[in-house]
Amino acid sequence: MLKIKNLKKHFGGVKAVDNCSFEVEKGTITALIGPNGSGKTTVFNLISGLLKEDSGKVIFDNVEITHFSPEAVSNIGISRLFQQTRLFNNMTVRENLLLALDNEDTKLWKNLFGFNKVTEEKEEKIKEILRLVGMERFENKLARELSYGQKRLIELIRTILNPHKLLMLDEPVAGVNPKLRREVAKLLARLKKQGDTILLIEHDMDFALGLADFVIVMDDGKVIVKGKPKEIRNNKKVLEVYLGE
Amino acid sequence: MIEAYLIHLLILIGIYSILAISLQLAVGYTGLLNLGHIAFYCIGAYTSALLALHGFPFWFCFLSAGIVAMLFSFLLSLPINKLIGDYLALATMGFSFVIYAIALNWTSLTRGPLGLPGIPRPELFGFVFSDNPRFLLLTLAVAIISYFVVKRIVESPFGKVSEAIRDDELATRVLGKNTFKVKSYALGISAFFAGIAGSLYAHYITFIDPSSFTLLQLIPVLCIVIIGGLASLKGTILATIVLVLLPEPLRFIGFPSSMVGPMRQIIYALILLLILIYKPKGFYGKVEVG
Repeated sequence: MLKIKNLKKHFGGVKAVDNCSFEVEKGTITALIGPNGSGKTTVFNLISGLLKEDSGKVIFDNVEITHFSPEAVSNIGISRLFQQTRLFNNMTVRENLLLALDNEDTKLWKNLFGFNKVTEEKEEKIKEILRLVGMERFENKLARELSYGQKRLIELIRTILNPHKLLMLDEPVAGVNPKLRREVAKLLARLKKQGDTILLIEHDMDFALGLADFVIVMDDGKVIVKGKPKEIRNNKKVLEVYLGE
Repeated sequence: MIEAYLIHLLILIGIYSILAISLQLAVGYTGLLNLGHIAFYCIGAYTSALLALHGFPFWFCFLSAGIVAMLFSFLLSLPINKLIGDYLALATMGFSFVIYAIALNWTSLTRGPLGLPGIPRPELFGFVFSDNPRFLLLTLAVAIISYFVVKRIVESPFGKVSEAIRDDELATRVLGKNTFKVKSYALGISAFFAGIAGSLYAHYITFIDPSSFTLLQLIPVLCIVIIGGLASLKGTILATIVLVLLPEPLRFIGFPSSMVGPMRQIIYALILLLILIYKPKGFYGKVEVG
């Protein structure tokens, strides 16, 4: 579904991504792991059109999306969660989620003349997903009034509500309490069951290896190992990179 | 006498309301710190005045004022698309200097510092708004329509995308929104209303010259937006009334007329400081910056 071919990105003398290639299969959860500064988020930024690559290709569903803008990447079916929370802080949880549902809201005339109403169907969709994560009572709360963990969860479900074929999640459970972590793991497993494809960056090895079907390990901008979680857990190179053993 | 004075103040409140509501759409709702708003007001005033002086009917001059200002805003949207915050403020301020310089120096069109006298009072469908009470009715009608159009926009899903851009443009783009389009529309509508406010001003005073469109004229409008509170139309109207009326007693306490103007600026600055210290969100502001 997603193919990364020989992707390179240098910042001055720093090789942030160096000849990186991997694939993400449809209907799987793929974890992208590696120590800090190994280039994982840069790869995400290159895929989602936030950065321009020096060379290499990004192919999604047989379409080359290497030079796509962030909105074009989203509209072709890649929905992304950032490492830092990026909720619209002065808007309510409901308004944050409504924005993800479609792009009819960017059509001025349609909105000015009242042809783009918030339908009951949309309202129900939002209520349903809020119920699923136990946050229905926060629907009309301003995003800035939420705790960090709650913000993370709302941003995650906003990413899920954004129409997509592939979810790219950058550390969805970083700084989140263990209970919420389990809930997120359950939610992601459920999405996979429904046929979603997920590419995940995660530092928490137990979380990542427990969920993922495939694991890609990066170090110094390169992919050093690919494989199933079982193989990765005992891989010498991975232990070296993570624990310095 | 006092009646005529009150009507004059109400007309000013009407014109300033339209200017402030439209600036609120750009600054408070979309996060575009547009310091070029006065340029759209200027473009509107000159467009309307020039067309009227060439014999075009008022309705045509009035609508053209808004449309021409909007077209200029679309042109401005192209170079400023990727600018935010201070950089956007500087670029748009530069735009207002350019428009001012054109009004001052393109003398064959604008008569430069001599200005354009004899702009006719509006006439709509045979009804002449020749005296001020009638002009007040026209101004209030336009102000009310402007208020409800902007209200409808900001309360619609389109307005929510604008607010999302104000809070975090990148996150909005990653949700698949074409933020360039939304920002251009928001700036365009903002410019349209500034343009028609300019048209009303030109036909009210019946004389315009470039000195009415300097950056100094933007200060009260920007103060209104901040004091009323970002993303609040109700606050904007209230702040317009307060800021237009508050300096008026200066006229009656024996200040020389040459001092009234500077004193007014000082009062605006003082109110702004007090509001920022004691009520940083303004009267009814919803937005917490940062």
